[in-house]
Amino acid sequence: MKKFLSAIVLSALMTLTASADTLKLGVAGPHSGDLASYGIPATRAAALYAKELNAKGGILGMQIEIVQSDDVCKPEIAVNTANKLVSEKVAFVLGHICSGATKAALGTYKDAGIAVMSPSATNPGLTKSGDYPNFFRTIAPDDAQAKLAVDFTTEKLGSKLIAVIHDKGDYGKGFAEFAKKFIEEGGKAKVALFEGVTPGAVDYTAVVQKIKRSKATAVIFGGYHPEASKIITAMKKKKVKAAFVSDDGVKDDTFIKVAGKYSEGGYATGPKDNSANPLNKKAIADHVAAYSEKPGAFYIEAYSAMIAITEAIKAAGSTDYAKVTAALKSNWVETPIGKIKFDERGDAIGAGFSVYQVQNGKYVEVK
Amino acid sequence: MDYMLKSLKVAIWFMFLTFPVVVIKVNTIENVVIWRWHNMFYMGISIFFVSMVWRYFLQRKEMSGKKEKTDEKTFTQSIMENPVMFKSVSGGILAVLCVLPFITDSYQINILTVALMYIVLGLGLNIVVGLAGLLDLGFVAFYAVGAYTYALLNHHFGLSFWIVLPIGGSLAAIFGILLGFPVLRLRGDYLAIVTLGFGEIIRLVLENWNDFSMGPSGIANIDRPTFFGMDLTLNQSTIYIYFLMILFTIFTIFFVNRLQNSRIGRAWLALREDETACQAMGVGKTRTKLMAFALGAAWAGLMGVVFAAKTTFINPASFTFLESAIILSVVVLGGMGSIPGVILGALIMILLPEYLRAFSEYRMLVFGGAMVVMMVFRPQGLVSNFRRKYSFHSADTDGRFGR
Amino acid sequence: MEYFLELFLGGLTRGSIYALIALGYTMVYGIIQLINFAHGEIYMIGAFTALIFASVLSILGWPALAIFVVATAAAVLYSSAYGYTIEKIAYTPLRNAPRLSPLISAIGMSLFLQNYVLLAQTSDFLPFPQLIPDFEFMEPISHIFSSAELAIVLTTVIVMLLLTYYIKFTNMGKAMRATAQDKTMALLIGINVDRVISVTFIIGSSLAALGGVLIANHIGQVNFYIGFIAGIKAFTAAVLGGIGSIPGAVLGALILGWTESFATGYISSDYEDVFAFGLLVLILIFRPAGLLGRSETKKV
Repeated sequence: MKKFLSAIVLSALMTLTASADTLKLGVAGPHSGDLASYGIPATRAAALYAKELNAKGGILGMQIEIVQSDDVCKPEIAVNTANKLVSEKVAFVLGHICSGATKAALGTYKDAGIAVMSPSATNPGLTKSGDYPNFFRTIAPDDAQAKLAVDFTTEKLGSKLIAVIHDKGDYGKGFAEFAKKFIEEGGKAKVALFEGVTPGAVDYTAVVQKIKRSKATAVIFGGYHPEASKIITAMKKKKVKAAFVSDDGVKDDTFIKVAGKYSEGGYATGPKDNSANPLNKKAIADHVAAYSEKPGAFYIEAYSAMIAITEAIKAAGSTDYAKVTAALKSNWVETPIGKIKFDERGDAIGAGFSVYQVQNGKYVEVK
Repeated sequence: MDYMLKSLKVAIWFMFLTFPVVVIKVNTIENVVIWRWHNMFYMGISIFFVSMVWRYFLQRKEMSGKKEKTDEKTFTQSIMENPVMFKSVSGGILAVLCVLPFITDSYQINILTVALMYIVLGLGLNIVVGLAGLLDLGFVAFYAVGAYTYALLNHHFGLSFWIVLPIGGSLAAIFGILLGFPVLRLRGDYLAIVTLGFGEIIRLVLENWNDFSMGPSGIANIDRPTFFGMDLTLNQSTIYIYFLMILFTIFTIFFVNRLQNSRIGRAWLALREDETACQAMGVGKTRTKLMAFALGAAWAGLMGVVFAAKTTFINPASFTFLESAIILSVVVLGGMGSIPGVILGALIMILLPEYLRAFSEYRMLVFGGAMVVMMVFRPQGLVSNFRRKYSFHSADTDGRFGR
Repeated sequence: MEYFLELFLGGLTRGSIYALIALGYTMVYGIIQLINFAHGEIYMIGAFTALIFASVLSILGWPALAIFVVATAAAVLYSSAYGYTIEKIAYTPLRNAPRLSPLISAIGMSLFLQNYVLLAQTSDFLPFPQLIPDFEFMEPISHIFSSAELAIVLTTVIVMLLLTYYIKFTNMGKAMRATAQDKTMALLIGINVDRVISVTFIIGSSLAALGGVLIANHIGQVNFYIGFIAGIKAFTAAVLGGIGSIPGAVLGALILGWTESFATGYISSDYEDVFAFGLLVLILIFRPAGLLGRSETKKV
């Protein structure tokens, strides 16, 4: 009994001393539920990079401790998550994953003076509105993506009549609205159709017939891969010849696997191909070594965010909010997505998008 | 022995039943099949024991079901009826609730605030479902009306929380009446599906009508409630909303309690039991039903305003059918028509998944299972509603007035 | 005109799927007055079972037709087993409970089954192999009406005819109708009501499984969540036609399918569901018991 007690006291002492020398980093995102596959890679990236740094003695003499918090991608839960991380006194937050949840949580972090870096929240308003000076991201915003998709469709594919379809979601509809705006402003093509489909609906035949009737030569779709694969499958089955151009939510190998042969020839925009970058190779190799599988979505962006955050804290010499954010905005860092720093609003300079096409069951960058 | 044999049969049946889903894991993406025979083994063993326990409790429930005919009062009932006990218990709970913010962190307070919100929502829905007996599956629509009222008025005109609170409540009540009119003639489950449809329509309109509601991207930066014009820090405002919700809850409990025993409350009960007889007794069906819809909706509207103020961000994704189902479960799980029941139901439905986060991925599985188990063993809810009984003592005590 | 035809056929396909699921809802409701919220999940489990069997068999190298037959049979078998078991676990003990309790139990069951499949399998969308081959003779019109769509419509018609025959002329069918009319009376004249209820669940579940296999084959993907929306739509269809009435369920489902298809085609898919639910509200205002439902006159 005595031994037991002293063990408790000892461990308590140890955690006490440890807590003086730890730097807490929050990781927030969906870790359970149907969108977990978007959130778990970020937690792994954080854990792997923290482990590596800790082995080298941590930063500023402090060991990094990762505090995870699950928001299931729901705005109302994200606020709880944020509160939890704030009460844990984290120095920086990596997350959240979904734009809606991020938007809901940011107010809480802003009031608490905690900076946040998302690997995946692409909603333009997060940075463009100027409401959240504490927000950074290592992924390009949707409007940049939509611009690229529209330029590609009108110039490279030479389409004059474009149908814009979305999934009524925050991300998909936002993308589609930007695409519509850029098409109209560009004046090179016309919007033949602007419609939302209901995610999870039994089939999309009616919408596809409508696309066919509109005689559009290209379809720009905003949304995620389940709907995209259903639409492209239905288009091919109904012999609609229009080109299919979509977004980052579709630039996922699952899209090709699910849509199979029907995905062939489809286009999607996605982060620039950095697979030749040595840091990128190392990050992926680490993941394969630790989890014996290839990393999932946003792993590289999250890994880059971890590097950017820790480097900024190192450069600032403390976890002080003003100093760290200043460091993020002034210093260039080498990351797996390339050499980046952040602009006044928090968007990464140096992180860009390119267009990919499905060729022989693989996404190939279109030069 | 018979027990064991039956359980064994059940276990084998379940091993067969769960075979394709649990044992074979296909990944058509990579085109591999993984056989997990050990799962079948675990499944058999665990189902065997679960089945034994299940059978045992089911038997006990049937036994006690026969005994319950006596007029014995349950524990909660005796607390409720004894004024001294009631005052001391509720006073004690209140004292604990008031001290909590100063001893725990803001995360816990936030969860408690959410739980309190669901108590109020549950009590609001209880007016419609529990008292008036109108099954409403689209309650969340009124919640959305309240939340968007505050969000839009705050965004466009900068109106403050306290001004919008009554507006949100009354607007929701008006929507309640609007919904009430066409469905007056419908009974039971037809009503359920129409209300479900109504809830979906509201959500879809919010999702698609961008110019009005800003679409799926929602409305951000909604002001938190002000406290006599002072600027509060995040922590302070969390605690402030918490106390606000405590006051709200007390007010709601008081109000609903009085309502239950009022003229209109009695009319609802009568309407629930027998519509025809109720009309024959001279209770106006139209007015009574609309009143129930309006009052229930008003409560949801008020909570919607609080919700928008608390999260500072809303979008249509927060107002799905699942939300309605959860509020309805609060009411039914706790015990329809009973105030302590609804409170207990809300605490379970909100705190259970929150603290089950330790099980993270098994959370929703356990939650769904718990709902089934709870209903099987206590179909009348955790705290069954006790009604004032008027009985002839000379005749059988089980007389017509009692039930 | 061709456009109209395309939309008409699209709506017909969609309506047929709704009909296969709605039949289960309406039969169960007709007999025990329960909205079986877990019914959509049965449909999902049917689709998943077919997928699992199909991929195992295709790795074993079976011919396509054999895979289709075995996978469909397995889906039907397992779905009815699930339907039967769910009824025994979650609804039988609640036969005499307050009216709303089985509803909550059903919602709980629905959540449980979704997460059960999610945990035991995966949260990702899985591609569903094309089991029904593209028929040669359909090729010239396949851009309007494909083989898979033809299979859906044909199956629904056949199932409808068989079911009508079963209910009208077999002993079990008569027992079902008797139970639906008056449960106590049916008991008194010697009908095994428990068995009737079980059979109802089994038939309803197998129809849902058929629907699940056919639609998964048509759109080419499944995940654990597909049952939810399909379930709600089918339930709407059942109420539209008059819940408890079998021809009503089919009529309601077809009307719903066409409404959605034409609303999308001629107006906008943004408000597709608003039209569906709006139509429901409108019909119920004028016919409170649904299109073919019996409006009960209450005797005092």
